[in-house]
Amino acid sequence: MTLWLVLAINSITLGGLLFLLSAGFSLIFGLMKIPNLTHGSFFMLGAYLATSLIARGLDFWTAALLGGLLVAAFGGVVERLILRRLAGAELAQVLVTLGLSFMIADVCLMVWTGDPIRIDTPSGLRGATSVLGVGFPTYRLAVSLIAVAFAAGLWALLDRTRLGAMIRAGVDDAPMARVVGIRVSRLFTIVFCLGAWLAGFAGVIGGPILSVYPGLDQEMLPLALVVVILGGSGSLLGSFVGSFVVGFLYNFGQAMFPELAYVVLFLPMLIVLVVRPQGLFGRQVI
Amino acid sequence: MRTLTIAAALALLATVPLWVGSTYYVNIASQILLYAVFALGINVLVGYAGLATLGHAGLFGIAAYTAARLMNAGADHFSVAVAALAATLAAAAIFAVLALRGTGLGFVMITVALGQIVWGIAYRWISITNGDNGIAIKGRPRPFGLSLASPAAFYWATLVVFLVAVVSMAIFVASPFGASVRGARDQPRRMNALGYHVWMIRFLAFLWSGFWSGVAGLLYLYYNQFVSPQAVALTASAEALLMVISGGTATLLGPIVGAALVVIMKNVASAYIERWNFVLGGIFVLIVVFMPEGLVPGTARLGRWLLGVWRPRTVAPAPRS
Repeated sequence: MTLWLVLAINSITLGGLLFLLSAGFSLIFGLMKIPNLTHGSFFMLGAYLATSLIARGLDFWTAALLGGLLVAAFGGVVERLILRRLAGAELAQVLVTLGLSFMIADVCLMVWTGDPIRIDTPSGLRGATSVLGVGFPTYRLAVSLIAVAFAAGLWALLDRTRLGAMIRAGVDDAPMARVVGIRVSRLFTIVFCLGAWLAGFAGVIGGPILSVYPGLDQEMLPLALVVVILGGSGSLLGSFVGSFVVGFLYNFGQAMFPELAYVVLFLPMLIVLVVRPQGLFGRQVI
Repeated sequence: MRTLTIAAALALLATVPLWVGSTYYVNIASQILLYAVFALGINVLVGYAGLATLGHAGLFGIAAYTAARLMNAGADHFSVAVAALAATLAAAAIFAVLALRGTGLGFVMITVALGQIVWGIAYRWISITNGDNGIAIKGRPRPFGLSLASPAAFYWATLVVFLVAVVSMAIFVASPFGASVRGARDQPRRMNALGYHVWMIRFLAFLWSGFWSGVAGLLYLYYNQFVSPQAVALTASAEALLMVISGGTATLLGPIVGAALVVIMKNVASAYIERWNFVLGGIFVLIVVFMPEGLVPGTARLGRWLLGVWRPRTVAPAPRS
């Protein structure tokens, strides 16, 4: 019984991290039609940058915000200097983002070496909290809450603000949004930076749970991909539901069929693809 | 002129082990040829059918793993090769049915996911694939009683397979089927209206491409006498795609040049540069940004441009699209 509860809370935590990662991925994919294969690298880069910031004496939360900002700035540069030139050329975008992810991985290996680095859990959130008589690790609960808060914030941003309305218009029909005077090009940069920031931030707050090691990027990227394919691109609700589905599948799959964890993870995605190619909450076929 | 060039190239290729010097370079030449077969196979999809794939290392790996398992179970080489290729074709059919649910980005994403499933099985399903340790085989096959143990002998055997691949690709490109594949890439709607079954054309192109990936996987296994999850990883698929793109898609020569470039870079450059992955990523970015059509057409364009500058123009240049 306790095992199931522990698995469930781990799944929710992973789902929360995946939501932060895939919300940006999904928006970028939905709005800009760019399959950003550097997204896993943003996650890893954020975590690595935070370890250096923490080593300089910053506290965890400042490092998380700042690490995310540095990643966002880097993402902005990539978008402006490279991806902008390749608008509409999907294959070229796949190749460039893949090439960049190799370069980032190699630079991280060079700077932070191949040893896994653990980010210490922030002091206020160590230990366990008792909920309904069962002890849960406090930090994991906090991560789940942060993810839910971000989901609410992103929903409010997209659904309640002018910027959000413009982004939704861009996702639905970019040429038409341009015609009515929305500067879609500036939206692209904003959304790309926002997505990069979310990924970097997720990397940092995932650090105390996953720690940081070479290959983390290649591990997270397929998960984000599955989330987006499951949930449908450009849909916030889709990423939210998809993230928790993937979180549960991954943890329970690993506990119950350790040898087939990957198959358990990808099989539902394939079924969704066959039955509903646009994803559970997606609107149109890509 | 054309026949002469081809004859010269053939003579050059056939005598590589005689003039290249050390066995190290003979082995690199064998690697170039086996990866060229792989790249030619991927080019069918990426170049002629216009469907970029990032999952073909999975098919490559399925052939290698099936062959390695069967060989260690004591099957003879001929039936091993047939069974491995049959398994690859079956897997390619499943891949194709799933991946062809989408085109463009959807297709890329699904192939990434499929490739990762194969990788996950190779890495995790230890009772079948021996996990990260991989599977080793005892010795190369002996077709018609000829030993392939020496680097030169293996090179010649690979060369024969490579030439068969090139010739069959040339026939494929010139055939009505090749034309319909290109038609399905450029004008799927019109092809449909003309009564062609676009899905079936793409499906068959996928199988054809998967078949040669399987052949390359077999050669890879024979060359290394070992296969591990590394051969199936996303990086391997990406490298193969780089070979096709860097050389030039939808050309016969492009994938071969690309394979040579990547293998030489990887083996020779990595002796001097520690950061091979960084260089690989950098080449990716540079080629895509500056020579998007690939090295072979890109160089041809550069040549034409130089000639055009050099020669006085008599006709007005065609309007640039």
